[in-house]
Amino acid sequence: MNDLDSVADVLAAGCLLVGALLCLTAGLGLVRFPDVLSRMHAGTKPQVLGVLLVMTGAAIRLHGWSATWMLLLVGAFQLVTAPVSAHMVSRIAHRRRHVRRDLLLVDELGGEPLTPPPDRLSGDQPADAH
Amino acid sequence: MSPGRLAPRLRHQLPLLAWLVLVWILLWGTWSWANLLSGLAVALVATALLPLPPVVGGARLRPLPLVRFVGHFLVDLVISSAEVAWETVRPGRDRRAAIVAVQLRTDSDLLLTVVAEAVSLVPGSLVIDLDRDARVMALHLLSVRDLADVDRRKAAVLAMEDRVVRAFGSTDDVAALDREPDQPERTAS
Repeated sequence: MNDLDSVADVLAAGCLLVGALLCLTAGLGLVRFPDVLSRMHAGTKPQVLGVLLVMTGAAIRLHGWSATWMLLLVGAFQLVTAPVSAHMVSRIAHRRRHVRRDLLLVDELGGEPLTPPPDRLSGDQPADAH
Repeated sequence: MSPGRLAPRLRHQLPLLAWLVLVWILLWGTWSWANLLSGLAVALVATALLPLPPVVGGARLRPLPLVRFVGHFLVDLVISSAEVAWETVRPGRDRRAAIVAVQLRTDSDLLLTVVAEAVSLVPGSLVIDLDRDARVMALHLLSVRDLADVDRRKAAVLAMEDRVVRAFGSTDDVAALDREPDQPERTAS
């Protein structure tokens, strides 16, 4: 029984540590990446997996199903909401031309939004970000 | 509201109701009839006050492709997290990105949503924009090496779409995968 507990503890600690490290890199990415769109990458992938791992670690360590269900919900909502918020921010950034276009290898949209906004909204056109 | 219109409306809302009740019970953390009934009441009030358009129409679940999709997705999530995490700590600042448009073949709100969510979480791509009528998805790709790499990433998005549609799509949606896209793809500028 004690052996089983220590295996679970090591697993939980591993999940918590790796998850925390991934969240740290997400924060680092926000600082180091050159523009809004790249930063959103950091805000979705390592961040989501980091939270999932921390939740898994906590679920292993905490006893009782009540906490597990709650952690499962946190993980599910993280998976569903993180891409949506990242998408909304990226969409606005792209439309307001907050894009480091000098770093783009390919730009198939040519800087234009995919669906042009209605005419009454087109008075707002800042220059490219640098 | 007439009773005649209530029945189809309720059928559309049923998956949402079930999900809300499930969330309610998970939040309480214990199963009991009181939780089920109070959850049902809360779900009914929530869907009555904040009605959503029906999106689930025509979808079905196929167990084996679903397992394939989830498995691929988890592996992709781990790989992409490792890649992006490495990018953040990698010395040097010579990062090239790309913005591409991908012509999708699906014509279903629900499936496009799932594809967009999944694509945002897998290696190096992030959805910027979606032209619903033309089914074109604009993506930002992080740290591309060369043009061949861009093409590879675009093929990966289509493969992801393929897995999503085979897991959740109706028979028509799956048939649409094998047809050639009827809109010409945007040319690179």
